Amino acid sequence: MDSALASDARTGAQGSGAVYLRPSVRTSVKLLVVGHFAVGKTTFVGTLSEIRPLHTEEKMTQAGALVDDLDGVPDKTTTTVAMDFGRLTLNDHLVLYLFGAPGQQRFTRLWQDMTKGALGALVLADTRRLDQSFEVMGLLEEHGLPYAVAMNHFPDSPRHSDAEIREALDLLPETPLVTCDARDRRSSTEALIALVQYLLSRTATGQEPPR
Amino acid sequence: MSRRSPGPGAGSADSSDAAGAGPSRAAAPGGRGRGKGLVRPYVVTDGRAHPSRNTFDLVTLVFAPGDRPLTGLSPEKRRLVELCSPGSLSVAEVAVHLALPVSVTKVLLADLVDSGHILTRTPIPAAELPAAQLLQEVLDGLRARL
Repeated sequence: MDSALASDARTGAQGSGAVYLRPSVRTSVKLLVVGHFAVGKTTFVGTLSEIRPLHTEEKMTQAGALVDDLDGVPDKTTTTVAMDFGRLTLNDHLVLYLFGAPGQQRFTRLWQDMTKGALGALVLADTRRLDQSFEVMGLLEEHGLPYAVAMNHFPDSPRHSDAEIREALDLLPETPLVTCDARDRRSSTEALIALVQYLLSRTATGQEPPR
Repeated sequence: MSRRSPGPGAGSADSSDAAGAGPSRAAAPGGRGRGKGLVRPYVVTDGRAHPSRNTFDLVTLVFAPGDRPLTGLSPEKRRLVELCSPGSLSVAEVAVHLALPVSVTKVLLADLVDSGHILTRTPIPAAELPAAQLLQEVLDGLRARL
C-alpha cells in the first residue's frame, strides 16, 4: 500500500477489489515464503505486499500423495490447499510476487505451480521449533530450489548463536541465515535481500539455474 | 458454480499435468489415462480439466484489450474479461478475485486467449531463469524499498 509504484493503480469495476498493475509492467517473478504452521508466512507476505494479501483455498485431488486407506471414505481423496500471496512492484516494468505456503502441500498441483519458475525460497523458521523446518527444507532441495533461512523472531524465542542454528538445521556453509521480524517491513525486506543476493551469487559461480 | 461429479476418464489427477507442464509438453493432450484419482470436471470449463494451452504460470500477467464483443461468452468468461479490462493482473490474482480454482481459471484463460479476448504478458520462461540481470533488478528494487 505504501509503494509509490502502486499508487496509480486503479481499482476494479464491479467491486472485485482488484488492484491493477501499472500498464508498463511487463515482467513478473516469484519467490516462495515457506515454513511450518504458524511460523509467520502470512504475516511476512502481508508486511511486504503492496496489495492486501490474497488468500485462496482450494479443494484438490490428493494426486500422488501417500493417501491413507480410503475404503468407504471418499472425501479423503481431496485435500484443502491454501496459499497466501502478495505483490511488490519493484520498478516500472517488474513485479515480484510472494507466495506463502506450507510444505505439507507438496503433492498438490498448486505447490507445483508455485515452485515452477520460482527464483528461490525464503524458509521462515522458529528457534522454538527448529525440527519442524526440516521437511520444507528437504522439499526445496528435492525441487532444486535455492533458499535462504530467516529466523522469525518471536518475543519468547530463545536466542541461539548462528553457529548453533546452522548446526541444528544442518545448513550448507553458503546458505544465508538471517534473523527477521515478519511484522517489520524493513527487517522482512532485508531478509528477502539476503535471499536474492545469494541467488545472484549462484549465477556468478555458474551453478545451474533451478527448474 | 463449480458443481463436481466424479467420473472416470475426463481428466488426469496427475499434478504435473496442465498446470505444471512446460512449453515442451504443450502439445501433449494432458496425459490422459495416467491418473488414477477421482476426476472432477467443472461445469464452467465444459468438463475439461486441462487448458487448451499450457502457457500459464501463476504469475503470468493477463489483460483484456476490450476490443472483442462479449456476446456468446459464458458468465464466468464474461466476468473474467470484465475483471481484466481495466488493467493487468496475474493469473493467481484473477483466480482469487473470481473465486475460482487456479486450474479452472487457466482453462478459461486459455479459451479466452484463443478467442482473442485476453492477451498475456509472458513471464520470463523458467528455462531462462534466473538471469543475473533479472536478479540484479529484483535486488535493486528491494534495496530501494529500505
